[in-house]
Amino acid sequence: MTPAEAAAAPTIVVSELTKRFRTGDRSVVALDRLAFAIAGGGITTVVGPDAAGKTTLLRLIAGLLQRDGGSIHVLGRDIAVDATSVQAEIGYMPQRFGLYEDLTVGENLALHADLRQVVGAERRQRFGELLAFTDLAPFTGRLAGQLSGGMKQKLGLACSLLARPRLLLLDEPSVGVDPLSRRQLWRIVERLTDDGMTVLWTTAYLDEAERSRHVLLLHEGRLLDQGPPADFVGRLAGRVLLAQAPPETRRRVQALAMQDAGIIDAAIRGDGVRLLLREGAAPPSAGAIQARSIEPVVSALEDEFVARLAPARRTLPAAPATAAAHPADSEIIAVRDLTRRFGSFVAVDHVNFSVRRGEIFGLLGPNGAGKSTIFRMLCGLLAPSSGAARVAGIDLGRSAAAARARIGYMAQKFSLYGNLTVRQNLAFFARAYGLDRRRRDRRVDWVLDEFDLRAEAESACNDLPLGFKQRLSLGSALMHEPAILFLDEPTSGVDPLTRRAFWLRIAALAEGGVTVLVTSHFMEEAEYCDRLAIIDRGRLAAVATPAALKASVATAALPRPSLEDAFIALIGAGNQAAAA
Amino acid sequence: MSARAAARRIVALMRKETLQVVRDPSSIAIAFVMPLILLLLFGYGVSLDVRHLPIAIVMENVTGDTRSLFESFANSPYIRPVAMTDARRAEAALTAGQVDGIVVLRGDATRSLRGGGTAEAQVIVNGTDANTARFVGAYARGAAATWLQQDLRRRGETGDAGVVVEQRVWFNPELRSTNFLVPGVIAIVMTLIGAMLTALVVAREWERGTMEAMMVTPASMAELTLSRMAVYFVLGLGGMAVSVLMGIFLFHVPLRGSMAALLLATSLFLLGALGLGLLISTAARNQFVAGQIAIVVSYMPAFMLSGFIFDIDSMPTVVQWVTQVIPARYFVACLQTLFLAGDVWGVLLPNMAGMAGFALLFLTLTRLRTRRRLD
Repeated sequence: MTPAEAAAAPTIVVSELTKRFRTGDRSVVALDRLAFAIAGGGITTVVGPDAAGKTTLLRLIAGLLQRDGGSIHVLGRDIAVDATSVQAEIGYMPQRFGLYEDLTVGENLALHADLRQVVGAERRQRFGELLAFTDLAPFTGRLAGQLSGGMKQKLGLACSLLARPRLLLLDEPSVGVDPLSRRQLWRIVERLTDDGMTVLWTTAYLDEAERSRHVLLLHEGRLLDQGPPADFVGRLAGRVLLAQAPPETRRRVQALAMQDAGIIDAAIRGDGVRLLLREGAAPPSAGAIQARSIEPVVSALEDEFVARLAPARRTLPAAPATAAAHPADSEIIAVRDLTRRFGSFVAVDHVNFSVRRGEIFGLLGPNGAGKSTIFRMLCGLLAPSSGAARVAGIDLGRSAAAARARIGYMAQKFSLYGNLTVRQNLAFFARAYGLDRRRRDRRVDWVLDEFDLRAEAESACNDLPLGFKQRLSLGSALMHEPAILFLDEPTSGVDPLTRRAFWLRIAALAEGGVTVLVTSHFMEEAEYCDRLAIIDRGRLAAVATPAALKASVATAALPRPSLEDAFIALIGAGNQAAAA
Repeated sequence: MSARAAARRIVALMRKETLQVVRDPSSIAIAFVMPLILLLLFGYGVSLDVRHLPIAIVMENVTGDTRSLFESFANSPYIRPVAMTDARRAEAALTAGQVDGIVVLRGDATRSLRGGGTAEAQVIVNGTDANTARFVGAYARGAAATWLQQDLRRRGETGDAGVVVEQRVWFNPELRSTNFLVPGVIAIVMTLIGAMLTALVVAREWERGTMEAMMVTPASMAELTLSRMAVYFVLGLGGMAVSVLMGIFLFHVPLRGSMAALLLATSLFLLGALGLGLLISTAARNQFVAGQIAIVVSYMPAFMLSGFIFDIDSMPTVVQWVTQVIPARYFVACLQTLFLAGDVWGVLLPNMAGMAGFALLFLTLTRLRTRRRLD
């Protein structure tokens, strides 16, 4: 093969690739006869929800797993035959960045340089370039374990880039990283591809897929579709509609739309509700779903993804309870000058806000901004250093336990007991909240029906898919009919449909008068909130409705900013200054 | 790839491993603080010596003879006799735990002792603590024999009291348990550093995804393993040095063997322990499971079955067979020989061969089970 031919040959060729995992005596198919080819250069994204097989695919390409069928050729060579020589030319960043936390930034880099024989003048030059590239130069003496999520990610990237790989494999580099770091990383990687590097990037974010050169759509081990993102745009002509509605009634419109059998999906967007029709279904009338107007829009990658996932897995959430006539503006959470110090570090610095009954209130901020600390104080798990917080009229400083009885809490990792069945989990949480026998039975039945869990009532929790666990976790938090619901990053890692279904339930609860407080990294989740508080380095940067936040950062160059743009504009400037 | 590149990689990996040990307080604690605590505990806290056991001596007829027999019991440093006349009271005292045993001397006991050594003395012991029970039995018999000899001598008679036993204890004349516990503690500490710490460290690499990152570098699994073994080997020798120095200077345990022999025995055992730790880590990829396995297969056997606390020769035959596959047993035998007897090669060599065999077995198995893959 001549050099010219080698350059033109695809970087990765996968055919009939199958991988099975054995757990106990069960064999699970992780990847099912995958076939694709990736040309040299550019970013290719592998998109899919949790357990789609993204990580398995990347590990197979890196030669870290043995395939059960098919073939993988990387850089012209069979990875199963020639792993070591191929690995010398690829960079690989595993999901948790693969850094030694007890080693400093400089020591981590030096280790990788020694292992990959990057020495002498080449080494000095490479260190200089990479440190400048990742803005890590001021931190070479800091332990990797003490870096922020975004910085760890950049260090992991720098380590994998030391030997100038021709192919770079990044496994979910943007998980758990705030939007600002996520955008920075994308820019850095984009610049790498300018020099001819090929990048394979796994992600659950569809916006990243939209910006890549080629998309592989993976779901439950199968390749649903692939192609340049532009190919996915407009494919569902006439099936995607925007129902205009003012912010106050968007949730109502969404709930009504989901009742329509012809509608696969209804998602709240900035200016209304985006509807995806079933093939051949007639669009609903604006009146039927209480929208101002309905107009067709160009379909996007996400619509394609949802349309392909939808037929198999529609679970219709209950219609929202009729909006309770709750007293307007009754303040259920009041936070005054709330401050929390850890030693000399001020984690939360004089934060003020209040939340009305029935409101969905979002706390947004980069990693380490203090969201979780505020959350823990409001749940009565952590005492404030100064200031006060009242929840449901109860002063947390005085009687945290009484306030806790009015609060439901759903943790990020779903605190469920894996070995117990769904029913046992529910019964346990009911007892933990001190419900008497009759009320306990009634509430368990309510959750099983309301959250579509009756068919799975006797299954062990560990065996359930993520979406079920999420519903069960929410059900457990609602056992004692709390007035306030706290959600900590509730839908990270689930596919868009499951996320939508989840938010429909939350919206229904809010309509019924339950107040919801949520932390999130996901800008789509933020759109569901009535109001948002942006937290940055312990302080409140802004409190407003999503629409007002967006309007506040609109410029001539960016007349219609997204919520992510707003977030970055509000956080970005301050962050740059404080990076040192 | 050239040998120079491989050497560079090994040095880099060793530096990485060393920095991790130095910065991780738990490694330092296991290597240096643990021996300190264990030695202090076993050196001062635990003593297997039996002294001043309270024994009830029931004399149905108090005569000059029985009184002198009682004196003979009182002269033993191991027994504190309590004179009683009523067997039932003595039984009550035994039940209440006030005495550890009862010696009942019938009225004609002394006479029948003289008459042919078959005294009608009843010895009742509290079997709750089997160890102590055996001591009581033996000491009671010993005290009776001593009395008989003295009695014969007093009467000017000789000979017919049977074999005269003159005891002399070699190697540990004072019978101090510290002298054989300290070498045992060293074996325990080496087991912890070699097997447990290594298994935990590798499991941590799996948990944090660093193993995955290393696997796509040119470093081979052999290089990763060798560099890790080198560092933990040195750490193990460090722990050894601390233990030996404490044993000698704090607990005055003699070291009669040579340093070279001690170093050789320790090295062989450490290789085996490291091999076991690495073998565990090929099966357990999280620290909790790795720790559990390491405790069950290395630490517990080293504690119970190495002859460190419980004498192997007095174990049931089946258990004695089991101890053959406990590497620590060979090390404890070497250490006790080196500390208390000297370079007795007749004892050392077979035990060293045993340790070398285990080291070879574990390292070979590790090599066979290690793959440069995640599945």
